[in-house]
Amino acid sequence: MTDQTKPPSLYAPRVPIFPRRVTGFFRNFKWAILIVTLGIYYVTPWIRWDRGPSLPDQAVLVDIASRRFYFFWIEIWPHEFYFVAGLLIMAGLGLFLFTSALGRVWCGYTCPQTVWTDLFMLVERWIEGDRNARVRLQKAPWSLRKWRLRLTKWTVWLAIAIATGGAWVFYFTDAPTLARDLVSLTAHPAAYITIAILTATTFVFGGFLREQVCIYMCPWPRIQAAMMDTDTITVAYRDWRGEPRGKNNKRRIQAAAVQIEAQQQAAGAGEARYPGTPYREAAKPAIPALEPETGPEPEPGDCIDCMACVNVCPMGIDIRNGQQMECITCALCIDACDDVMAKIGKPRGLIDYIALSDETAERAGEPAKPLWKHILRPRTIMYTLLWSLIGIGLVYALFIRSDIELTVSPVRNPTYVTLSDGTIRNIYDVRLRNKSGEARDFRLKLTSEELLRIELEGMDDLTLQVPANTTVLQRVYVTARPQDPAATSAATPLRLWVEDTTAQTRASKATTFNGKAN
Amino acid sequence: MSKGKKDDVTGTETTGHSWDGIEELNTPLPRWWLWTLYLCIIWGIAHTIAYPAWPMISGATKGVLGWSTRANVAAEITAHDAKNAELVTALLATDMETLPASADLNRYAIARGGAVFRSNCSQCHGSGAAGTKGYPNLLDDDWLWGGQMADIEFTVRHGIRNEQDSDARYSQMPAFGEMLEKEEIAAVVEHVVSLSSAEYDANLSATGATVFADNCSACHGEDGLGDRIQGAPNLADAIWLYGGDHETLTNTVVNGQFGIMPAWGPRLTEADIRAVSAYVHSLGGGE
Repeated sequence: MTDQTKPPSLYAPRVPIFPRRVTGFFRNFKWAILIVTLGIYYVTPWIRWDRGPSLPDQAVLVDIASRRFYFFWIEIWPHEFYFVAGLLIMAGLGLFLFTSALGRVWCGYTCPQTVWTDLFMLVERWIEGDRNARVRLQKAPWSLRKWRLRLTKWTVWLAIAIATGGAWVFYFTDAPTLARDLVSLTAHPAAYITIAILTATTFVFGGFLREQVCIYMCPWPRIQAAMMDTDTITVAYRDWRGEPRGKNNKRRIQAAAVQIEAQQQAAGAGEARYPGTPYREAAKPAIPALEPETGPEPEPGDCIDCMACVNVCPMGIDIRNGQQMECITCALCIDACDDVMAKIGKPRGLIDYIALSDETAERAGEPAKPLWKHILRPRTIMYTLLWSLIGIGLVYALFIRSDIELTVSPVRNPTYVTLSDGTIRNIYDVRLRNKSGEARDFRLKLTSEELLRIELEGMDDLTLQVPANTTVLQRVYVTARPQDPAATSAATPLRLWVEDTTAQTRASKATTFNGKAN
Repeated sequence: MSKGKKDDVTGTETTGHSWDGIEELNTPLPRWWLWTLYLCIIWGIAHTIAYPAWPMISGATKGVLGWSTRANVAAEITAHDAKNAELVTALLATDMETLPASADLNRYAIARGGAVFRSNCSQCHGSGAAGTKGYPNLLDDDWLWGGQMADIEFTVRHGIRNEQDSDARYSQMPAFGEMLEKEEIAAVVEHVVSLSSAEYDANLSATGATVFADNCSACHGEDGLGDRIQGAPNLADAIWLYGGDHETLTNTVVNGQFGIMPAWGPRLTEADIRAVSAYVHSLGGGE
């Protein structure tokens, strides 16, 4: 088939979004989360934690040069990286759990992209005004005023962005020292480069790309559909209640007028703006009797098509179109709509956190399933169980860690060495780790059912000093005399022990002795 | 098929393409994404100009920045050498016998020596230094020419029975096949077996003891304990360089053995020689 007309463009220019200011429960909740998360991010590197003279006193420090990760009283060595892996798996499972139970709460409340964009929008509103003012400014020609407002906004954004990148590097080295070095321009180039990159990404992502990051860059919106089902509590529009929507419905105008009047009369009675009764249990407000209509008009829904939900949406979508990939469930439309519902005297919750499976029941006016039945279901229980098991495992592993550790690598090239007198010798590369803050004397021992002897390369006895916070590689020899059974048998199990002579703590590793039959 | 036609089901604009009634929906990409693609292409071209990229008939374009992996490695090695310069100076200044006493320097020497060993010595002595027939095992406590640090260092520097270094350790076991009768050889082999084994023919060994005293004891000693000055192996211990069975011993007596080790003095740096000596000394047999 041929088509002579010009085909539509395959590329679309971005439609700018000017979210309107909104107040309400979810907005306040989001402000609280913003303050807490940003607070944690900016303050954490400055918390001090005394670990003695030989160790850094920064509470949270990723010391890449010395290959240590410090977290308050916990010190992670490279060989304990499974803690980090475990935490990452827990973070993943936690994300699955929250998404399957409460939808995209990560996206809506705690994702850094959301939090910083929120902050950038706040700055934008302070400087350029609310939605209408910003739309006007956008359309206005480049005047002196527009330049002034734009430059002020960009400057504040840039300051936030620099602070963001700046805070990041403090996690990797002593914060006060680095702060001094940064200011005196003597810090390592890596610090400046990292700050520059993070400043650029924060500035661009938070200031300009915003919802484009969520829609086109982030994989999570596309993955999360697999985590959600009809029992998931998510932000949705009760279309059975709202439709048919419309502004110019006579019945509605009359009803609203009556309601507002009633409300004003009852204002003295101190009725709460948001009565705790859910809509489905409350009686639908009675609409006063009307004059006969001239034409047929269906009974109007609660939605007056005021576009408040659309105007506050940071993603620029219309929640009334149903579940959408773009929706980050920030719940600001709930706040906006509740506000309008209160003004026109309708119960709150036209847009609300609801489970889609309740739709049929609600439409029929029947009570919906209780919240806990939505939350507690096999998949969320499974996620919680897995999450807790890994958590318990990690905590257990954390508590059984000791200050001394050894790893034993038997040298198997060759499997054994024959000495002049026929003695059979096995060699082991033993790594001794002293995690205490001071040098310690470690004594090595051996236990076995057979007669075996232990010697250390280059040492006269079995005790060696291991400096503080270091791993020492020691070559260990285990020998069996020619007449002993271990010398002629294929493999003899043995256990190598290390004892901290100061702290009286011990650790051991099982290994094997190879004889001539090997 | 007019522009901006909407699909009935989805309400999405179509591209106007239709195959057997199936219409292609148009979900436009953001325009900035397109610009990102163009920027990446420009970046890619710039990268091939800046860095080595385009294959030519011999070699590839060098790139205007003059960057090369080889230069990078060379720079890294230089930087590494500079970092170790202090340790190298200390290693060169230290008396080898006292090296094990200074822990840090010893650790450096052994690590460096391990690297030297793996690239220069492992071809004959094996990567685990366990040797093989004719090439000594360096893990045991048996040394032909001495196992003290200085002995090992000398052996490494000058080698054994080579022609390049006049200071090379030298000795030669004669081929007794031309000097002794077959019966005498069988007897002396039996005597050598008796030195380290409980299973031997006592009569034959007794005959062999005389042959041994007349022909072998000058180098291997009266009791067959060997002589390190001449590199004569100890025949009474449990370690055999070529093998301790009758056949191998007979072959050794008839033809002699003449193991050669090259001199490493001209090939390795002074620091490397010291380091590899320290490494060999640390393998379990060092005296």
